[in-house]
Amino acid sequence: MSAIARPADLPEAFDALDARPDAHLLAGGTDFMVEVNFGHRRPPAVVSLRRLPELQGYEIGPDEVDIGAGVTWRTIERELAGELPALAAAARTVGSPQMRNAATIGGNLGTASPAGDGLPVLVAADAAVVLAGRDGERTVPVADFVTGVKRTVLRPGEIITRVRVPRLAGPQEFLKVGTRNAMVISICCAALLVDRAGRTVRIGLGSVAPTPVRAPDAESYIAGQIDWDALSAPPDAVARFGELVRDAVRPISDHRGTAAYRSRAVQVIATRALERSLA
Amino acid sequence: MPAPSQPATFTRRRRPPGLGESVLRPDAPPKVTGEFAFSSDLHLDNMVWGKTVRSPHPAARIVSIDIGPALAMPGVHAVVTQDDLWGSRTYGLEHHDQPVFAHDVVRFHGEPIAAVAADHPELAARACAAITIEYDVLEPLVDAERAITAPPIHPDGNVFRHITLRHGDPEATGDVVVEGTYEVGMQDQAFLGPESGLAVPSEDGGVELYVATQWLHVDRDQIAACLNLPREKVRLSLAGTGGAFGGREDLSMQIHACLLALVTGRPVKMVYSREESFFGHVHRHPARIWFRHHARRDGTLVNVESRMVFDGGAYASSSTAVIANATCFAAGPYRVPNAKIDGWAVRTNNPPCGAMRGFGAVQTSFAAEAQMDKLAAALDMDPLELRLRNALRTHDQLLTGQVIIGVAPVEECIRACAELPMPPAAEPDADLMTLPGGAGRTALPHNVRRGVGFAVGFKNLAFSEGFDDYSSARVRLELGADGEPVAIVHVATAEVGQGFVTLAQQIARAELGVGTVLLHPADTQVGSAGSTSASRQTMVSGGAVQMACAGVREVVLERAALDLHLAPADMVLGDGEVTTKDGTSRVSLAEALRAGPVEAYREFHHAPTEPLDENGQGNAHWSFAFAAHRAVVDVDEELGLVRVVQMATAQDVGKALNPLAVTGQIEGGIAQGLGLAVMEEIVVADGRIRNPSFTDYLLPTPLDMPPVVQTWIEQPERGVPYGAKGVGEPPTISSTGAIVAAIRAATGRPLTRIPVRPDDIAL
Amino acid sequence: MSDDPGVSDALHDPTTDDSRGAQGFPRPDGDFPLATYLLSVNGRELPVDDAWIGESLLYVLRERLGQPGSKNACEQGECGSCSVLMDGALVASCCVLAADAVDATLTTVEGLTGGGGLSDVQRAFVEQGAVQCGFCIPGMIVAVTDLLDRSPAASELEMREAISGNLCRCTGYGRIVAAFHQVQQERADARA
Repeated sequence: MSAIARPADLPEAFDALDARPDAHLLAGGTDFMVEVNFGHRRPPAVVSLRRLPELQGYEIGPDEVDIGAGVTWRTIERELAGELPALAAAARTVGSPQMRNAATIGGNLGTASPAGDGLPVLVAADAAVVLAGRDGERTVPVADFVTGVKRTVLRPGEIITRVRVPRLAGPQEFLKVGTRNAMVISICCAALLVDRAGRTVRIGLGSVAPTPVRAPDAESYIAGQIDWDALSAPPDAVARFGELVRDAVRPISDHRGTAAYRSRAVQVIATRALERSLA
Repeated sequence: MPAPSQPATFTRRRRPPGLGESVLRPDAPPKVTGEFAFSSDLHLDNMVWGKTVRSPHPAARIVSIDIGPALAMPGVHAVVTQDDLWGSRTYGLEHHDQPVFAHDVVRFHGEPIAAVAADHPELAARACAAITIEYDVLEPLVDAERAITAPPIHPDGNVFRHITLRHGDPEATGDVVVEGTYEVGMQDQAFLGPESGLAVPSEDGGVELYVATQWLHVDRDQIAACLNLPREKVRLSLAGTGGAFGGREDLSMQIHACLLALVTGRPVKMVYSREESFFGHVHRHPARIWFRHHARRDGTLVNVESRMVFDGGAYASSSTAVIANATCFAAGPYRVPNAKIDGWAVRTNNPPCGAMRGFGAVQTSFAAEAQMDKLAAALDMDPLELRLRNALRTHDQLLTGQVIIGVAPVEECIRACAELPMPPAAEPDADLMTLPGGAGRTALPHNVRRGVGFAVGFKNLAFSEGFDDYSSARVRLELGADGEPVAIVHVATAEVGQGFVTLAQQIARAELGVGTVLLHPADTQVGSAGSTSASRQTMVSGGAVQMACAGVREVVLERAALDLHLAPADMVLGDGEVTTKDGTSRVSLAEALRAGPVEAYREFHHAPTEPLDENGQGNAHWSFAFAAHRAVVDVDEELGLVRVVQMATAQDVGKALNPLAVTGQIEGGIAQGLGLAVMEEIVVADGRIRNPSFTDYLLPTPLDMPPVVQTWIEQPERGVPYGAKGVGEPPTISSTGAIVAAIRAATGRPLTRIPVRPDDIAL
Repeated sequence: MSDDPGVSDALHDPTTDDSRGAQGFPRPDGDFPLATYLLSVNGRELPVDDAWIGESLLYVLRERLGQPGSKNACEQGECGSCSVLMDGALVASCCVLAADAVDATLTTVEGLTGGGGLSDVQRAFVEQGAVQCGFCIPGMIVAVTDLLDRSPAASELEMREAISGNLCRCTGYGRIVAAFHQVQQERADARA
């Protein structure tokens, strides 16, 4: 194989990886190229995933949306706002318009950054990621897929092919805190999804831990406080939910924000997300 | 002037527009097509790529440097260190205290130690990595206050300058006293075109350098000294310059590239990455400023006391001039009869700091204007009324004892700014994208509070304290190939985006009555133009072009007078022809030029100034410009996020020679003031830059920058060409203070540090 | 984007990342894999021979194909100066691996000038004073052209969002927004 392989389908991609096990996988390139440009990554060989039909398009089913790993954030922002409003809102905050035209949902998962904007939504939605290898597929919940800062359970030779996102009937919100009004890495973000049928509230949080996290205590507390027929909750319960979310995270301080601010901000956006979702 | 964000309309006219009209830039068409060659776009077939090896430590002794492995790499043509310099080993704008390459010690994170030349930029990067440097790491000196008394980290000591300013009765007290301590973070110029250039060895053993810079001649002199070449063998030409804002006043890659070109005998291209750019130029000084203002009960200022420490980082750069400005203009544009100010600029192991738009006045303006609001609150007085009561006027004294003889329309600026229209009230169904947090959709209208703030600022124009500040111009009038007269203007003025190229054409057209004015490329084959900084080129280089044109006109009139057997004094030069004053006889310009081209070379020196004395007193400055700013902000107090809704300004411009260009300078300058107010900071911890990238050094985007409503006070300045004042810096001086005042008004928080961080509001 | 708060210090400090050599730059491993390919730029098929595979589309356009109109100001997709259209989508060419762009239709700022004259967007930038230093302008022209082609009736807010990935340090964007309005007005007048 030459230094760059541009396989036309998944079997060709596996062949390329067999030939060059040291090859780096390339999706939209927006994370990959920054690392190359900054001298952090020296690819001995590259396998491009851009042309694999198995990674393209999305299918809207009754219970879930099956999104190809190669689908860009721009497509999600523009075309899936009806089915997956929180994911579409998150998509609108990913980098710049130029980035959103290139960056893919599969790449976001592969990079597994704690600040990856799409991940809190996927974790809150109990989305699953489909990993294909030479010997077959396996499906892993996103929450289990990301194991640490830029670490995943993806094995050598495996490729992320699809992301399956359950469709939930109920309000959804995505709020992201940054020091600039656009094109900013989140100081923290929250995705809140209400499942009216299942009578649950799910919240996914980003940039407050090495991986995107949920706040199970807060979720179960508020599920018990909501009047599910009216979809409303007493104000003090909403406030308590925010506190429980805050207590669920142990953020760090860095040059983007202090731990104290992150705790405060995550409480505020969790509370606001819930307020906006309730009647 | 154009309304915010609305297109200007143009009337088409036959005659080329002259001074006072919105003439379009001659370089805009090639810039919009991508044809304009910036310094990073240059290319020669046999060129090699230069790259710099930089220190990973803010303070260390260099134990050893092994360049062998890098030199052995195929495709690597040279590795140079201090040992390869055959001239001066240090350079600097005012004090030559900065090593071209660190040799024994490194004093800041990112200091250059070696440079390589290789066939490919990636190969150059790998060669840099192959150089082994052994360090004995030292504890960095990072506290500016402590640096004053700490053991020196440089043979020249740790104090660049201490200014003791004593004016009137420094111990005078007022009925009402307010005190505060303020901090300013480190701002970056963040010009979009990174440091770059192409150095080409010349046949006479010298070197040609095509480079983006603010001052060709001072670059040349420093390069020549370090390469031990006579000045005439170092020829610089200005390459397309992608912004500057002060950050290109010091050298970056110039000496390194020229040295590599001489050593390899090949053209050498050097282009900094954005990350390297953050290490490769000086920044705006971080500062800690204490103030105590005294006033009478009626609001009349009695005394201003201040102690300020500016962190100059590892090397002097222009720190001594920055601290002079900071102290001279510390109190803002107000009459203050008594003052006691101590200003320090010190050396630390932090990144070097120097010139940035506003140059010392920005830091103290933020603090002083916060004090004025505090004083107004203590007096229970309207903040604008307090400012009006104390506003500087012509014939008033500055803190330095200097009497302002030029125009000083501070009151007019304040009143005109206050009268500008306010933005509409926030709408209950506003698009979330327009609220604080923007695309993050964090706030609903009910989460937001609005605030309005005001600030006024001023600074000197051009260089001060006895500096012989001048510019040179050569103007030639000749017949073009089509037989029509053409003026050719040759100046070394660095066009960095400000629009001097347009103005030079406007001046030559107005002075010589010709339609076609060509600009000779800026280079060192003509006299120095001085720096494109300190808002000075409209006045100083504009003055030089005006004078050279007048010299040409004199000769043309003499020729025409000779033809008509009249005295030159009876003649005037009009549109393409010389006529008698009574209009009875005329000679076309083309005819007058048939005897040959006419050329004149002139220098414009501004009126002399003098250094500050031991009490910080003296006529140190030439001219001043003033501006008032009003900010309207929406604040999400719970999250500490800010959205600037509108900026309004009234600026003292003397005379607007190109209204469209003035509009753009003011809008752009305010954007930089906004950045410093709410988002821009180089975060330095233990001497290390933590955010050298555009991911984490945040510049305002189009969703952060609001519309600007502006008006100008046009009172021509005497003794200045066309009465026009420089306009570049005033927009950046008090726009920051106005925004912070507006956030204070919305939140009630003291906010004594800029940039204001979400933590400062929300926690 | 390097968008990781947990390890950001290491990522942003060119000197402490252990994936690099002692000076913070790559270790010389002698590995310099090359590729040869064709790119379709502004309607022309252009060969790229023996290029290092790590080269971005931006680098190849500027340094190998003689198309320096696209500018490099950040190398990480955070400034928009290098914006090009790739199969009709606005992308940052610094974040596109050139060797992977082989079957894409690429349009750069050089390809937007029809018949030697200025396009209406380019002319509006000149006339409205939207150009100062001009370094961001080629990318800005590509982004505004793309927006007006896709959404001729875009509002000013939509326009500001559409160019929120294009940083300008000189103008404060006011005259750029004015240029956008001029084009909209002219196109509306032409239709009327």
